[in-house]
Amino acid sequence: MTPADRAAGSAREEILARIRAARPTAPVTVPRDYRTAPAVPTPPDADLLDLLVDRLVDYRATVRRCAPRDVAGALADLLGPVPTVVAPAGVPETWLSTYLGRIRRDGDPAPLTVADLDEPGLAVVTGCAVAVAQTGTLILDGGPEQGRRLLSLVPDHHLCVVRADQVVAGVPEALARLADPTRPITLISGPSATSDIELNRVEGVHGPRRLDVLLVDG
Amino acid sequence: MTGGEPAARRGGVAEAAVATGPGGGHRGGTGNIVAPLPFPVAARRELGDAQLRANLRRATHTIRDKRLRVVGEVPDWPQLRAAGAAIKNDVLARLPELLEQFEAAATAAGATVHWARDAAEACALVTDLVRGTGSTEVVKVKSMATQEIGLNEALAEAGIAAVETDLAELIVQLADDTPSHILVPAIHYNRRQIREIFARRMPGVDLGTLTDEPAALAEAARRHLRAKFLSAKVAVSGANFAIAETGTLVVVESEGNGRMCLTLPETLISVVGVEKLLPTFRDLEVFLQLLPRSSTGERMNPYTSMWTGVTPGDGPTTLHIVLVDNGRTTTLADPVGRQALRCIRCSACLNVCPVYERVGGRAYGSVYPGPIGAILSPQLTGPEAGANRSLPYASTLCGACFDACPVRIDIPQVLVHLRQRGVDARRGRPSAERAAMRTMSWVMRDRRRYAAALRAARRGSAPLRWLTGGRGVRRLPWPLSAWTASRDAPLPAAQTFRDWWAAREGTRAAGGRRDAG
Repeated sequence: MTPADRAAGSAREEILARIRAARPTAPVTVPRDYRTAPAVPTPPDADLLDLLVDRLVDYRATVRRCAPRDVAGALADLLGPVPTVVAPAGVPETWLSTYLGRIRRDGDPAPLTVADLDEPGLAVVTGCAVAVAQTGTLILDGGPEQGRRLLSLVPDHHLCVVRADQVVAGVPEALARLADPTRPITLISGPSATSDIELNRVEGVHGPRRLDVLLVDG
Repeated sequence: MTGGEPAARRGGVAEAAVATGPGGGHRGGTGNIVAPLPFPVAARRELGDAQLRANLRRATHTIRDKRLRVVGEVPDWPQLRAAGAAIKNDVLARLPELLEQFEAAATAAGATVHWARDAAEACALVTDLVRGTGSTEVVKVKSMATQEIGLNEALAEAGIAAVETDLAELIVQLADDTPSHILVPAIHYNRRQIREIFARRMPGVDLGTLTDEPAALAEAARRHLRAKFLSAKVAVSGANFAIAETGTLVVVESEGNGRMCLTLPETLISVVGVEKLLPTFRDLEVFLQLLPRSSTGERMNPYTSMWTGVTPGDGPTTLHIVLVDNGRTTTLADPVGRQALRCIRCSACLNVCPVYERVGGRAYGSVYPGPIGAILSPQLTGPEAGANRSLPYASTLCGACFDACPVRIDIPQVLVHLRQRGVDARRGRPSAERAAMRTMSWVMRDRRRYAAALRAARRGSAPLRWLTGGRGVRRLPWPLSAWTASRDAPLPAAQTFRDWWAAREGTRAAGGRRDAG
């Protein structure tokens, strides 16, 4: 290939021309007879919440359940001796009202740095956008209670608060629930893990090694 | 443009695959997708390693069982597979429009989109982009596309160190080895061997705490890479999916190394094959169910990241997307073979393949091993590249791969098709097989010729039957030794079926007359 052939723009035109010449022409209809999201969302029942808990525990997350009025106490319990907690701007004051350690809000006064977040013993508390019962997945989409992606990544301990009305059955309902797919989205299913050694799942690599989920029910 | 051909390849023969570019006719892919040795030769070499076979057997059986269990949990699995196949077919039918849509959406969201015809062009593009940042080190998320184009070698030639951050890639990189599996490149090592590699090659590893427990090995990798993640300025990734409607890229991973690379550096360069597109965000509802269960046998992988262009205050401030052809358009032109482009790189076909289980990924000589590699590599490069013509024969055609494939690629059908194409391409050239078949056809066309041939074979083999005790021949002289190299040659029976039938009918006829009389 000569330098002239590599001139800017020509690669694009050439690839598109090659594809036009090569592609199949018959239109394709996609069958959507798999289980899709119901037109009218149904509120989660007790079985669905139990399923979420089962799936979270199966992938080594710690799960606690509590009533809405007990969030602060349950969170303080789960945090235990953790000296510092990081929280995105939108996490309600009430969640951390009985926690006795230091609270650092992202963006107040300044955005937290990677070095801030890499401090040993630090935990982060976030909410989520939606949780998927069948797969034990928490979805974060950068909403006010979830904040920037690095908040739930750099600290070694992530605590996520899930409200019962955020729980859906499967992946189709969960994706349909997301307000804006162009926001940065992270799906989290259990603590960081690897299957690279003899194809067995081992927890604890680069992401948070401890994932706690507080399911707020009722 | 600077850069150029990737330096270190998997053997010198790879250079034979270099495409001629526009106007040159052949637009095959280049890079680490060319088998340097014919499959039977490479397979024989790998089969000599008993430890390798034991490791592969253990790992592939573990994952098979897990996959079956989690697939069994999904009542609409057949419908999801059908939808997955149809969505990908739709992508192939509308690829130019979808690529333009993706480019427009990603650009509007702040990304810069580049196009590369082949491996060399893609490597040169990425090298230039990294040079432009002034950085001499990049962190990498595991990506088949960048392995395919030989990016690490090209960057090394330009003085840029590429740090693989996936645990298995790190193991392979530290061992100075080549990957042997799409999903788990170090599947050929067991935990004891991995400990050895870390102990010898990982800088600053704490030998006191390094046991062969997987958790201890994962901890060592975490410590080794942490500082790199937190200080990296440039990351290079691939993408599992690219959404045309929104310009979104998706990476599916386990360890969090992907999230680190996609979130912390200032510049992100994502290298994406043109066939990775999905039309709409909604289509992920199919693929995020199919992929994790098919690949690691999990209901969901630990982390999936989706990002669209750049987001102020969250993640990289510069995003480059390099769309790569590298033989995909030539593959697209084959009406039977193009279904290989539906592949989502789950590696379920590797894990169920009886051939892969015994020889491992390195026998295939390409970054795409196993059943999918046997149909993808020779199509991407064109069959004349290196020894890729031998790859469609690396199969027993048992069909387990088709059953496991989440997007219903009929791999046996494509294997047979490619074998046919190979034979067709050689018509008119002398061939011992064809001469033998022609003779056989002449003999079998006439009843008397056939009977005479059987008699001759029986008489001719009588001494052999006596010598071997009727057990058959282990080794025939050349050129028939090619046949007995992997099987015994049976001896003709002492009596043919036709003789036996004639004798039986004769006896019956005689007996019948007696009864009647």
